[in-house]
Amino acid sequence: MTTEAIKNGPFEPIRKVFLKVGVLPFFLVGALIIFTALSDKFLSVQNLVNVARQSVYLVLVSMGQMLVLISGGFDLSVGTSIALTSVVSALGMVWFAGIFPDAIWIAILLGAFMGFAAAIAVGLVNGVGVAYFEVSPFIMTLGVSSVGAGLALFLTGGVPVSGLPFAFGDTFGFGRLFGIPVPVIIAAICILVMWLFMSRTRLGTQVYAVGGNIKAAHLSAIDTKRTLMMAYVICALIASLTGLLLTARVESGEANLGSSIALESIAACVIAGVSLRGGIGRVENVVLGAFFIVLVQNGMNLAQVSSYMQMVLLGALLILAVIFDQMRYRMILSGS
Amino acid sequence: MTAQALIETKGLTKQYPGVLALNSVDFDLKSGEVHVLFGENGAGKSTLISMLAGANNPSQGSVLLDGKEVRFESVADAQEKGIYTVFQEFSLIPTLTVAQNIFLGWEPMRGPFIDHKTMRKRAHDMLLELGFDIDPNEVTAHLSRAQQQMVEITKAFHGDLKVLILDEPTASLTDKEVDHLFEFVKELKEKGVGIVYISHRIQEFSRIANRVTVLRDGGKIGTVDMVDTDDDALVEMMTGRAIDEIYPKITKGSGEVLLSVENLRTVGIHDATFDVRAGEVLGVAGLVGSGKSRLFRTVMGLTTRVGGKVTLKGEDISHAPTRDIIKSGIYYLSPDRKAEGLDLAKTSKDNLAINLVMGDKVGGEGQLVKWAEVNSEAVTISDYVELHEGYRNKPVSQLSGGNQQKVLFGKCFGQNADIIIFDEPTVGVDMGTRAALYLLIKELAESGKAVVVISSDLPEVMNLSHRMIVLAHGHVSAVLSGDDMTEEQVLKYFFDETGAKQ
Repeated sequence: MTTEAIKNGPFEPIRKVFLKVGVLPFFLVGALIIFTALSDKFLSVQNLVNVARQSVYLVLVSMGQMLVLISGGFDLSVGTSIALTSVVSALGMVWFAGIFPDAIWIAILLGAFMGFAAAIAVGLVNGVGVAYFEVSPFIMTLGVSSVGAGLALFLTGGVPVSGLPFAFGDTFGFGRLFGIPVPVIIAAICILVMWLFMSRTRLGTQVYAVGGNIKAAHLSAIDTKRTLMMAYVICALIASLTGLLLTARVESGEANLGSSIALESIAACVIAGVSLRGGIGRVENVVLGAFFIVLVQNGMNLAQVSSYMQMVLLGALLILAVIFDQMRYRMILSGS
Repeated sequence: MTAQALIETKGLTKQYPGVLALNSVDFDLKSGEVHVLFGENGAGKSTLISMLAGANNPSQGSVLLDGKEVRFESVADAQEKGIYTVFQEFSLIPTLTVAQNIFLGWEPMRGPFIDHKTMRKRAHDMLLELGFDIDPNEVTAHLSRAQQQMVEITKAFHGDLKVLILDEPTASLTDKEVDHLFEFVKELKEKGVGIVYISHRIQEFSRIANRVTVLRDGGKIGTVDMVDTDDDALVEMMTGRAIDEIYPKITKGSGEVLLSVENLRTVGIHDATFDVRAGEVLGVAGLVGSGKSRLFRTVMGLTTRVGGKVTLKGEDISHAPTRDIIKSGIYYLSPDRKAEGLDLAKTSKDNLAINLVMGDKVGGEGQLVKWAEVNSEAVTISDYVELHEGYRNKPVSQLSGGNQQKVLFGKCFGQNADIIIFDEPTVGVDMGTRAALYLLIKELAESGKAVVVISSDLPEVMNLSHRMIVLAHGHVSAVLSGDDMTEEQVLKYFFDETGAKQ
């Protein structure tokens, strides 16, 4: 009924945009209007640059999350990958720095590789569980998330790992190249690679196909198990990279890094029109979606919304986005 | 014939936004008759019955029950008034038992609790009365599609039955089961029940129909007495054009063996041996449950292989994974296009692209996908399968069954296959589209490919094939060719019991 009314009304362009990209443009406009009204600092160049720098971490994780969502699952353990990477790489760097005090970059590199290895293990366990044992992604990644978080706390005894090489934080946390913060450059490269991967490679196409209809993909000569596996491993790897950047930023290995990022990244993806049923989603929109989440957080900070209320609003936003996603999917299928 | 119609519609019209689904249709059903509704997909049959069944309300016009105008609030309301519908889409809950499904919403109670014992007993009696051999305690998901259909029919028989509407009831039934259903329909007729019957299977009409109403594009073309008409006249009414030949004549090619299967065994398949040759159409027939689909799914590696040898162009593929088999040149089209064939939320172009990207027609392993090439190839394929341009950028969920099937056919052109296995290629597809699909099969075979057609539609397999294998109880009961391919012969091997004991 409502769609009939809308179809012929003045809302036709709105409906078209909604069908094409989802709810994000409307949320973005809404947020800009509200926060500009609440704080005059919000729309300043300096603030927006600040948001861009802050959003790097969520943008990265969301791209990994997107890959898994498109493959038809989701990854609740991205936060754990971050925490584990942070703790393991920090421990590694401190340890190797003790062995090679004169070759600090080798220590950093080896530590980073240890962090990557830990995250790859997380991704592999997720992938094997989901692809080969057909455990539901929800249970699999929830379980792994607990295992990983427990290990990270166990390794550190709950105390942050300090004494990281100065060069690490100085370069990857606060460094600039041609005036651009290093994390932003790294994120930009990742966005580009990810965009190429999803839209131009066979593997990317396979991920879309598997998420759209796994049986049809199987009958189209796609190795569906390997594709799923790869999605989880790449997601963990991107989370791991984020973990390293965050570790550099806080200059210590912490087991509680990324505790809220699973929810935030899923919210960013869904708001950006990634379908929770798999098969649908675009890199450029997800980047915007993550940017939007950070923008809202920044706006709420400027408007002096308490961090507890922020949690409430973020959760509500996610649910709202899912409801809109359901409506959109139904509209796509019914062709209204 | 009694003068009073049981149920009648006058000027029944249904307007959907942008579509006139039903345009002023007069229809009447008399007590004790079978009235067939006939027409292509989208002709308005489903819209008409949805309004008779109470699932939908007319935009204009009226429905008269026993001469009095009625307006059904819901399907339940229509059922209360004695009108039962067995829809094509099943309404069974797969995780419940047969008895629970039959009594869903009608459970016999003892105090505040469900009386399971009585329920099982009554379900058992109902199934027995209808002559369906189904255990009421079986979980519905474990039944074959045909058996589920029977449960669906059984479910319709609560209370006082005046009008029974059957929507494509035989689409997934075997001939034996169809016989059974028709027996049963006859009994109902004798009791004075009026039956509205929707089917594409024109060969059934002469067996049960009293009258046929033909619909086309939402309008009524006419109602004829079955005794005054024949198949050709009905098809002409339905399509608006004469179809002399639905089945094309396919020239047989060289006959070099491409695929040979020796003693293939799996659960439900015993020692199947046959070969598939280039330039010919191999038909595969058998009852539902005979294993005809399973046999080829096993060849494709979709079900576990227990033993035997499969050789493709001299290469042993007995243990190869499905994707390697596809890459070495066999393509299998699933009978279930929604669950296994297509990605419903994507456009036909995107669906075709998957195969183009995976196949070796465009680009190669490891390289970037050349989307321009993929897209132009997708257009070529869409042209080839005659998919209307307006449909190409719509999600396939919005396409009719026939058009979805065209997209599915298109997928096999994306992969450079030498052997193409069509499993139930025209299920739920209207006559016009069928003829187009048969032409594609002809072109494939005549271009030197080997084509396998697995079908429950016996005329389809018999008319298309150069050779046929018949399965019974998971056992290849016959390989027929030339003059041996008569309906009589085939049916004889359908009921071959040699495999049954194993």
